[in-house]
Amino acid sequence: MNLYDLYLISPPLAVACAGILVILLDLVFQRKGFLPYAAFAGLMVAAALLVVQSIDLADANDLVTDGNVRATGVLAGSLSVDRFSLFFNFLVLAALGLVTLSSVDYVKRMENFRGEYFGLMLFSTTGMMLLASATELITVYISLELVTLPLAALSAFLMTSRSSEAGMKFLIVGAISSATMLYGMALIYGFTGATKLDEIAEVVKSAAVLDTPFGGYALLVGVVLMLAGFGFKISAVPFQMWVPDIYEGAPTPVVAFLSVASKAAAVAVLIRVLFTGFFPIALDWASLITVLAAASMTIGNLAAIGQSNIRRMFGYSTIAHAGYILVGIAAAVRTSGGYSGGPEFVSIGLNSVLFYLAAYVVANLTAFFAIIAISQRTGSDLIEGYGGLVRRAPFLAVALTLALVALIGVPPTSIFIGKLVIFTAAVKSGLVWLAILGVLNSVVSAYYYVRIIRVMFLEEPKEQEGSKTSPVAWFALAVSGIAMIGIGIAPGFILRAAEIAVDALAL
Amino acid sequence: METGFTGLLTAAVFLPTAGAVSILLLVRGDRNIRVVAAMVALADLVLTLVVFTTFSRDDGAQRFQFIDYFTWIPGETLRANYILGVDGLSAPLVTLTGILGLCAVLASWNIKTRVREHFVWLLILQTAVMGVFTSLDLLLFFLFWELELVPMYMLIAIWGTGRKEYSAMKFLMFTILGSAFMLVAIVAVFLTPEVGTFDMRALSTSGTMLGAGVLLPLSALFWLFFIGFGIKLPVWPLHTWLPDAHTNAPTAASVMLAGVLLKMGGYGLLRINVGMFPGQAHQFAWALVTLGVISVLYGAIVTLRQTDLKRLIAYSSVSHMGLVLVGIGAIGITQGTLTSAGLNGAAMQLFTHGTITGLMFLGAGLVYDKAHTRYIPDLGGLAGRMPLVAAGLLIAGFASLGLPGLSGFVSEVLVFLGAFRAYPLMTALAVLGIVLSAGYILWMMERAFFGVRRERFADITDASLIEALPMAILVITIVGVGIYPAILTDVFEYGLRPIIALIPVAGP
Repeated sequence: MNLYDLYLISPPLAVACAGILVILLDLVFQRKGFLPYAAFAGLMVAAALLVVQSIDLADANDLVTDGNVRATGVLAGSLSVDRFSLFFNFLVLAALGLVTLSSVDYVKRMENFRGEYFGLMLFSTTGMMLLASATELITVYISLELVTLPLAALSAFLMTSRSSEAGMKFLIVGAISSATMLYGMALIYGFTGATKLDEIAEVVKSAAVLDTPFGGYALLVGVVLMLAGFGFKISAVPFQMWVPDIYEGAPTPVVAFLSVASKAAAVAVLIRVLFTGFFPIALDWASLITVLAAASMTIGNLAAIGQSNIRRMFGYSTIAHAGYILVGIAAAVRTSGGYSGGPEFVSIGLNSVLFYLAAYVVANLTAFFAIIAISQRTGSDLIEGYGGLVRRAPFLAVALTLALVALIGVPPTSIFIGKLVIFTAAVKSGLVWLAILGVLNSVVSAYYYVRIIRVMFLEEPKEQEGSKTSPVAWFALAVSGIAMIGIGIAPGFILRAAEIAVDALAL
Repeated sequence: METGFTGLLTAAVFLPTAGAVSILLLVRGDRNIRVVAAMVALADLVLTLVVFTTFSRDDGAQRFQFIDYFTWIPGETLRANYILGVDGLSAPLVTLTGILGLCAVLASWNIKTRVREHFVWLLILQTAVMGVFTSLDLLLFFLFWELELVPMYMLIAIWGTGRKEYSAMKFLMFTILGSAFMLVAIVAVFLTPEVGTFDMRALSTSGTMLGAGVLLPLSALFWLFFIGFGIKLPVWPLHTWLPDAHTNAPTAASVMLAGVLLKMGGYGLLRINVGMFPGQAHQFAWALVTLGVISVLYGAIVTLRQTDLKRLIAYSSVSHMGLVLVGIGAIGITQGTLTSAGLNGAAMQLFTHGTITGLMFLGAGLVYDKAHTRYIPDLGGLAGRMPLVAAGLLIAGFASLGLPGLSGFVSEVLVFLGAFRAYPLMTALAVLGIVLSAGYILWMMERAFFGVRRERFADITDASLIEALPMAILVITIVGVGIYPAILTDVFEYGLRPIIALIPVAGP
């Protein structure tokens, strides 16, 4: 490892250092109020380093493999620093930054462990950033664990029975899914003799593995088992069982973070592994993704209808949104008409996925920031507690309404454009039925999202109690809300960024 | 394609929203809010009148005028533009929106609860409708189409009566379902290899652009669009949301709903189903006429059985909007001038029904405000107590059943003239619907306004000046168009000529 290596991994490293620093500061100082800002400052350093790297990337495709650097074997070929990973690093950092700010009020009710709260968030983020860059299976596994374990601890942070249950469940289901994934990786290593994605791709392409007994099946089983691990992180059916319980029990800012950042990072690694490692057998796994997409959308939306707790409802809603994302991934592989792949379909499909993720991040964060602020006033997460909110807290009610309208996919909001590009990609790839199913699912989702709007606007106000929202939390809400509408009205910038990021995969 | 930026339509579309924002943030006091809302609506009406009067009808003039154009979403993935513009088809409808927007604001004068919110939603609604009629980019069109959902939902659910929340949700779910189908069709049009654009001007000039290589069969696209617009129109059997929504909506929302929101459906049929799929429209003209005639007759028969004043008007809307489909069905024949008459009649019907039903709902709303009931058997002899309201409803009723000299006559004659040659039997059945409408209108007038005077209505007052004003505006429009229909038919004909030219066998 030399200095250049250090530069390449400096952004995740900075986040990890910030995590350690926050915990140490917590030990030293009595007044804890500044801790979130210390964490935020650490994020800013990481963001600055990302900006430096993106400037460096102006005339290179990948800082790891380009030019003479390649010969020295930087980072042992386990990480890639390209525009694809930068896109997700920026996304994850933005999400964490906003969640940190909105946690300022929330952590005040905690007696202890404020430093640990932010420290664990930062560690998890380190894992997510590495996950977006990982090009090697063992790195993928370690990064994924680094994402999961801090989140399990954070889920149990409230120390209520609900919260502890959430943490425990997250840990156990997470362990099972990563064990499954590890088994898949072992199979793949056994039959290809490689853990690096580009080497795996060579073997898969050469069809040598297909000649060994059971080789083709083993490869496919390996991919499917890995999908189980990724499916757990993006909360797709049938790996979604943990989602509603954790969304209900864990601290709300943690849920907000979990619902966007960890989903984004998992989608990043899913795309990179499947499309750089296993593209030659795309036809085989793409049909599986199609099925998962259809099931996630439908089950998530139908289950969300009957919920009375808003966080639990959002748990099911996030499952549905994972389904929409998988539609885009399925659309990146053309499965009909006897034709697989082709750069045109890949780029349109993946562009739409990246855009959708960015759109979903801002919309879901807006919704959760409003929910955090509202629950501080009402002390409850039950939907019935939202009665008459528009008269008690008009701006919060309007913000949540806009976010809900966005989540339905109604213009002019970010997710409308997101759904449009996803379904466009699906229609283009010949998955018309999947696009129609997705659109119909959006109609179903309107029913339960509008239900909350109805309660806020139509029912009589309940007693008001609880504390006011601090300016910092307002700021986080405003930033995400403006981004949500802004992306909906002028999506050009993010669309272009997604195109550039996908081009970097050089498929 | 013409680019450039005139700004007139952008102002007309976004002025109400600007008014809504300023009401939300700046204006204090219910009275001031009302006045500001009325000023904004009035200014918007003036803008739309400017559009209508300065719209050039000369032979050499551009088909689409007052273009506002800039690139909205660059790049390969979507390639959408912000394009506003009007042609002869949309210019009168824009004006209709201006007229009814002002009427709706005036009709909300007596709202007591949550005044600020009411006017904010009403003005946003006006932006949405105005945007639908002026946008010439499919994506922008869809954006405005969806923008109308939330304001209308709120207007019905908060200020409505009866089962208001149920009706509002039903309205919302039906509309979202329709637009879901429409969105799939829009995407499929965009993805057609030779097309790759959302520009409605390009899509509706050379009917051949959508000829080959589409992802879905053209007839599938035609029907996907038809479901979206048919729900809005509404056409039997997709109409069931309408009676509930109308009955329980507040007066202003009813006026907007019946007056302009239903017209979005008819406009979409003419602009997209006929304008972009002329071959399919020609091929399926029989189906459109059949659905239209069923709507006319079914609507009329059900109307005869209604005892609620607003529900009666709502079902009569189903009947009268069926005539739009019958008129469009005139493209099933080969003779150019009659096709022209049919489409012209359909477009006229959009305008005249907007004004007539708007007037009817204004009257019905006033009756309910003052008599506190809409149950027709309970009413009676109101003409003596409230002569202005009775006169307004009487004029609307006569116009609705097609009395010559009023606007409804013109559109109905044109529709029947166009459709008769193509489908004589069907058209004859549709005429029967008009006979029935004479029945229920006269029956309703007789029961509610004449007949025995009831003691408990003794101290009912007539419409005040501010209440009579919107009625007067609409009466003037109805009579004006009835006496001098060419003011509209010329413009409509100018706008429809290029659309008719696309129809395979009709020719100009």
